Amino acid sequence: RRASQGMADSGLLESVLRLVEKVDGGVDSQDVAGGLSVDHQVVVGAVKSLQALGEVIEATQRSSKHWEVTGEGNEILEQGSHEARVFKAIPEEGLPQSELMKLPSGKVGFSKAMSNKWIRLDKGHEGGPRVFRTVDSIEDAVREKLQQVKKGQSSQLEEKEKNELKKRKLLTEVTVKSYWITKGSNFSTTITKQETELTPEMIASGSWREKKFKPYNFEAMGVAPDSGHLHPLMKVRTQFRQIFLEMGFTEMPTNNFIESSFWNFDSLFQPQQHPARDQHDTFFLSDPALAHEFPPDYLERVKKVHSEGGFGSQGYKYDWKIEEAQKNILRTHTTAVSARMLYKLAQQEKFTPVKYFSIDRVFRNETLDATHLAEFHQIEGVVADYGLTLGDLMGVLHQFFTKLGITKLRFKPAYNPYTEPSMEVFSYHEGLKKWVEVGNSGVFRPEMLLPMGLPEEVSVIAWGLSLERPTMIKYGINNIRELVGHKVNLQMVYDSPVCRLDS
Amino acid sequence: MPTVGVKRDLLFQALGRTYTDEEFDELCFEFGLELDEITSEKDIISREQGDQKAEGASDVILYKIDVPANRYDLLCLEGLVRGLQVFKEKMEAPRYRRVSPVNGDPQRLIITEDTAGVRPHAVAAVLRNITFTPERYESFIELQEKLHQNVCRKRTLVAIGTHDLDTVSGPFTYTAKAPNDIRFRPLNQSQEYTATQLMSLYKTDSHLRHYLHIIEDEPLYPVIYDSNGIVLSMPPIINGDHSKISVNTKNVFIECTATDLTKAKIVLDMVVTMFSEYCRLMLFLVLSSLSLSLSLSLSLSLSLSLSLSLSLRESAESIAQLLTRMCLRSEVAGDDGQIQVEIPPTRSDVIHACDIMEDAAMAYGFNNITRTTPRTYTVANQLPLNKLTELLRMDLAAAGFTEALTFALCSQEDIADKLGKNISETRAVHISNPKTAEFQVARTTLLSGLLKTVAANRKMPLPLKLFEISDVVLKDETTDVGARNNRRLCAVYYNKTPGFEVIHGLLDRVMQLLEVRPGRKHGYYIQAAEDSTFFPGRCAEIFSHGESVGRLGVLHPDVISGFELTMPCSALEINIEHFL
Repeated sequence: RRASQGMADSGLLESVLRLVEKVDGGVDSQDVAGGLSVDHQVVVGAVKSLQALGEVIEATQRSSKHWEVTGEGNEILEQGSHEARVFKAIPEEGLPQSELMKLPSGKVGFSKAMSNKWIRLDKGHEGGPRVFRTVDSIEDAVREKLQQVKKGQSSQLEEKEKNELKKRKLLTEVTVKSYWITKGSNFSTTITKQETELTPEMIASGSWREKKFKPYNFEAMGVAPDSGHLHPLMKVRTQFRQIFLEMGFTEMPTNNFIESSFWNFDSLFQPQQHPARDQHDTFFLSDPALAHEFPPDYLERVKKVHSEGGFGSQGYKYDWKIEEAQKNILRTHTTAVSARMLYKLAQQEKFTPVKYFSIDRVFRNETLDATHLAEFHQIEGVVADYGLTLGDLMGVLHQFFTKLGITKLRFKPAYNPYTEPSMEVFSYHEGLKKWVEVGNSGVFRPEMLLPMGLPEEVSVIAWGLSLERPTMIKYGINNIRELVGHKVNLQMVYDSPVCRLDS
Repeated sequence: MPTVGVKRDLLFQALGRTYTDEEFDELCFEFGLELDEITSEKDIISREQGDQKAEGASDVILYKIDVPANRYDLLCLEGLVRGLQVFKEKMEAPRYRRVSPVNGDPQRLIITEDTAGVRPHAVAAVLRNITFTPERYESFIELQEKLHQNVCRKRTLVAIGTHDLDTVSGPFTYTAKAPNDIRFRPLNQSQEYTATQLMSLYKTDSHLRHYLHIIEDEPLYPVIYDSNGIVLSMPPIINGDHSKISVNTKNVFIECTATDLTKAKIVLDMVVTMFSEYCRLMLFLVLSSLSLSLSLSLSLSLSLSLSLSLSLRESAESIAQLLTRMCLRSEVAGDDGQIQVEIPPTRSDVIHACDIMEDAAMAYGFNNITRTTPRTYTVANQLPLNKLTELLRMDLAAAGFTEALTFALCSQEDIADKLGKNISETRAVHISNPKTAEFQVARTTLLSGLLKTVAANRKMPLPLKLFEISDVVLKDETTDVGARNNRRLCAVYYNKTPGFEVIHGLLDRVMQLLEVRPGRKHGYYIQAAEDSTFFPGRCAEIFSHGESVGRLGVLHPDVISGFELTMPCSALEINIEHFL
């Protein structure tokens, strides 16, 4: 509802405007209230209504302090001060003190009149103490001062006097918020009735030309559109996909969550006793427990390179078992798919260079916490060509991360069973003022590539990162469960902005 | 990645200089290490057990350093210092040499056939004339523990035993015996036990109980005796008390028993090479009847052309120099740029020329390598299934539905009982080692994830309109692994009224997007179906080009309450692979 609500009646508004017209330089809303004999709050309402009409008036809020007579003070204005009332109550022949004290003003009036020396007390009088006048007439100064305040002439009293009356609870000091009203640039003393909205009838008849419209309240929020929303992690996935496509990378078929240990580990030259192949790290399947089909020649070459070496390698020299390779698992990385793709590439009659990417789910039987779930999305890029170098890998990573808005990169030597050299990628985080790890990369080992049948001169460079981490940073989410899974807060999904990774 | 804790001041003393934390962190980065944490024993105890327990603990500063998982030679202070000093060219790469004892023959370890069934390999060595200090001794014990946890795979592959050689006499025998026939006083115990008794004694030992399973069910247990029948150890569980070493031990007998001989040799080489610097003369290598531990340094020829793959524009001489800084003594051999590289026993991680090249790159500095752009020309292609998924996602959001992202793993109950189904009819793949019920199976439907999402968002204004396009997993004997993914589109409408017409309208919209017209033969239609997930009479099967592609309907009240929901709900799930 943009149109302002509540409009004071136009008669009052016009009276206010006429008053403003008469004065030069402006008028205080309190004086307007006095002049029109209405409550100040009514005038305040009128001022707000007039402000809503546009530039008719200008009103600036101000506050002022002034003195007001209290209830007791008003009583004094009517009946005189307590001491004056005591004085009046005493006849020529005096009054017994006990009777005087019974009067409503007796106690206070007696001591004040005594100190004013208007009366005297004869303690030894026959029949008990008796009070007599000492002067013929008095001036009731208290009452006169209160009258001055009532007339709005409190400034003529001295501060000391006002404070004295305040102490006697006859005066009180109040703060009043009022408006200083001056003519606006569109000042007029007449009010036109305002329309709320443009209607089809007004357009048809042209009556909108004569009408005035209530101003909108541009401070209010609009009505949310009735729409669906995309999930923030999927929005980031779309952007990463776009980046790879812009860089000429082809998408790998990663729609196979179940993988054999052979493709997930053995083909990558990851030894069978490697901790990653432990029950504590990987989800194994009980049904279907085993994979049953492998390229037989390739399997033999993999077995050989692990157990005896070859292809220029010493191998791991251990007893390689097909039973371990057959075990089905939930893939722990999408590199299993990269291995399948590279093997397929090696079976081509003639090698052709490729650039591959994938973004899909991987699974780890890990202990869960605020940043780790049992499943997450891995982003992976792979380039295979003759004579690729470590400098090429760094160059590709630089281009990739530049598209993410990250330009300051450095590389740390690392260890990974299937890449050599292996590099962790760090980027400088301007907010944290330190280098943070943003991904992993490396050159695939010959023990992985040569058994597949790829030409010896072909190098394969690759890198990977998680999708969740950059998304959590992008959208400022600290707990991964608030992003992924059924416990997500849909309001967060509704409210999430578009994803531009480089801005 | 193993973490090694070293005392900072001892480390700096050994390195011959001090570093600020930042300088040391930088050095680690270059060398492929990571200064993970700066702490003290007091800090650690107070963090783990509270401030009170930490009172009086040492506040000597400790550096916790992450070491690459294949660099066993950096698992102790001695190895770290040696690696860094050679790297900084403060000392020459050491050469390790086996020497025979001045008097008499080398020690021998005889391995009997009985060990074949339980733990067939053993190698051994002697460190003679060693001088321990309390710090060195502590490091010696700590290294064994680190090796046990890493390369030894918690003692399953290799177990190390170290003994005071002067308390026993060779030749030693490594054999295997029935548990009741083994009897000795184990380390730090006051009486003798049989092996059977020991296994039950250690059931409650917080440290040793983790290793019992390695031999527990074997008919014969491995054991090592000296020539007088004294038990040195019962690997991989415990050593005998008789031969235990102390800070005063002068000659250390080291045995490694194993199921993996390669690893046993690596481990023995590590222990010996790391601590040989405290020996007046390093002596090692012992013969055995079945296996021979002979850790020859491996020599490889590295062609200069290979080094080009690192983008190093360096001469053969300077590459040889770079390698030497990584403890790989190298020299140029011949005019064709061949480099002869000597691999010391400490560098068991080097098994291929590519490992040597990485070291050259590290010594050169990864960040000094020029970044280049490969000239690989390729045309990008989207996976058709993912392309379709992306397009449909956009239009489903445009149709007013909000995207959910749910887990691929769930409990059996989620895909069976709670949906009114029997688990056997789901074709689900089952996980054998889930830590909790949340990871028992891979989902066979997206519906349960969406219903759980609704349940977690009951406070949100109605109606809730959710969708997800993602994979489920189904058993399929025609694939190599016996299972395959299936891409599904699922949507739910949750409100005070069932809203079948809303979900039906969404189906019509999806079909419109997929260019499938209503029709019996060449289009799509829905037909009443029985399905225990849905309210009777409120479920239909969806057919496209005569093939069933999914279902839609109003959910059964039991399903709604099963997911802790209170409002009527209608749902749709289709297989989108049909539309590729």
